[in-house]
Amino acid sequence: MYRYDEFDHDFVQARVAEFSDQVQRRLAGEITEDQFRPLRLMNGVYLQLHAYMLRIAVPYGTLNSKQMRMLGHIARKYDKGYGHFTTRQNIQFNWPALSDIPAILADLASVEMHAIQTSGNCIRNVTADHFAGAAADEVADPRPYAEILRQWSSVHPEFSFLPRKFKIAVTGAERDRAAIQTHDIGLHLKKNAAGELGFAVYVGGGQGRTPMVARKIRDFLPEADLLSYCTAILRVYNLYGRRDNKYKARIKILVHETGVEEITRQVEAEWQELKDAELKLPEADIQAINAYFTPPGLAERPEGDAAVKLARLDSKNFSEWLDQNVVTHRHPDYAAVTISLKGIGEVPGDATDSQMEAVADIAEKYAFDELRVSHEQNLILPHVARADLKAVYDALVDIGLATANSNLISDIISCPGLDYCALATARSIPVAQEISQRFASLERQREIGELKLKISGCINACGHHHVGHIGILGVEKKGSELYQVTLGGSADENTSVGEIIGRGFSSEEITDAIEQIVDTYLGLRLSPSERFIDAYRRVGPAPFKEALYAGETKAA
Amino acid sequence: MKVLTANRLTDGIAVWYADGGWAETVGGADLAHDKAAEDRLEAIGAAAYANNEVVDVNLIDVTVVDGLVEPVRLREKIRAAGPTIREDLGKQASPQPVRAA
Repeated sequence: MYRYDEFDHDFVQARVAEFSDQVQRRLAGEITEDQFRPLRLMNGVYLQLHAYMLRIAVPYGTLNSKQMRMLGHIARKYDKGYGHFTTRQNIQFNWPALSDIPAILADLASVEMHAIQTSGNCIRNVTADHFAGAAADEVADPRPYAEILRQWSSVHPEFSFLPRKFKIAVTGAERDRAAIQTHDIGLHLKKNAAGELGFAVYVGGGQGRTPMVARKIRDFLPEADLLSYCTAILRVYNLYGRRDNKYKARIKILVHETGVEEITRQVEAEWQELKDAELKLPEADIQAINAYFTPPGLAERPEGDAAVKLARLDSKNFSEWLDQNVVTHRHPDYAAVTISLKGIGEVPGDATDSQMEAVADIAEKYAFDELRVSHEQNLILPHVARADLKAVYDALVDIGLATANSNLISDIISCPGLDYCALATARSIPVAQEISQRFASLERQREIGELKLKISGCINACGHHHVGHIGILGVEKKGSELYQVTLGGSADENTSVGEIIGRGFSSEEITDAIEQIVDTYLGLRLSPSERFIDAYRRVGPAPFKEALYAGETKAA
Repeated sequence: MKVLTANRLTDGIAVWYADGGWAETVGGADLAHDKAAEDRLEAIGAAAYANNEVVDVNLIDVTVVDGLVEPVRLREKIRAAGPTIREDLGKQASPQPVRAA
């Protein structure tokens, strides 16, 4: 994985020193909150309901054991013993004192981590497929390109004061696990007919109060043109993106208001000016970055098949975990493992200090020292020999992280909601917990099959509710929490925005409503292999509306 | 009725104005029963903000139940108690003082 060079080290150290000085000046009263606020946001420090919150960048969700151990250390020393992994593949700490943040950033810098550009109107952490470098269906590892984008976008003078925040995601497979069409720029790494690498480029996706699916503006962009083309997009956005209205300032609004043909024309025209100049990526530079992502040497471990077969017979729980949380690796003797941070009734995405340390130990011992954070708020061991799967499973059981629910209804994405967030209008975590408990039976969850349930506690949609097969949006109505349900959303290669199904539900009603929706689906699906999303696309909202609201219509 | 709330600058912890200072619990916060009292609290909040003691200063609606001040809105109830999903954290993790009569 990527290792800092001298420039990176010096840059991060300089930023720690600079922000430490700013914090000291703020605490001494030498600068006002109005002056300090943009500075703290540029360094990932928010003020939430109970305390400050620090958001730490995990570039494209990749980290090593040493870094994960440091996160555990920070949780224990400066916070309250836990952290929250986010839908942007980052981690947040909910309780740091402002006066401790310089020390936290210094600790992070010692393991090549930081909190730069995790907030503010700049290019945020570039995200990628969490199975990058391991997935059997991958054309190439998307992370070297995400790293090139990270280097280019870090304190980019032209793009540090954009109309609004800007998010880029990269996937290297046809099956999109990085939700690229919900990003400001989505990049699909692929090969053309000549076998050359390049990108399909999507622009203008986003969620929030105006959800939009990104539009493809180029089917194939040669890899050497990555930075010049992204610069062209950002320039058009920086020039024409609205700065008069925060809610209309994202590039999705510009694309929508201008029209995709005209935006494409503008981007292409800008690109013509840039494409053959200094932003063209030299092959040597691409290779140099690629070298940082050289996959670990995967020795042949053919004994895995027999070991897995035997262990399956021995343990039903292991067998179920294998079916649900383990996916095919490009090397037949290996697998990629999802460590669910969605234990039944637990807080989605939360992990304790000791869990982080134990996961780091497992990664070091069995997974070539590599970990990922997924945008679905789980952790990933990308390279595990099949022969070691049982040992990994047993170690996860010991720390309570062996829940076999990846992609099932209890694998819920949830934002922090009103339990922590200053912007939230309703709680989301308790709703996730109650639904998880209602569907606690793994047998029942597996009978239901793949179902992506996503919950946001306000219209900003950090919990991705718009693209949940079932989405739940919590709002405040007449002083109470009300939960609006959307159906039919999806964040994969067939991205769609869910449709509001009808009136909202109170906190007491919402779990029953979800159960009603699931039961309706089970009753109408053509076969167990017809997933919820496929069934919904076939039948539309009518049967679900009927199930949820028919009694009310008749009564009225 | 209203009380004055903010977050402490140094650690961001939620605080409420009580008895000439900033208390870590809402129960004993100074009550404003009328516009004049609200104006007084607002002036105190503005001064404390200007003096870099606190940030995010607000007047919030409250009621008094069994001698204790309680916020009206759920958001403020959660600020005053802690996350509803982690009763071991936030103010709710420690015993609340009873407001003097």
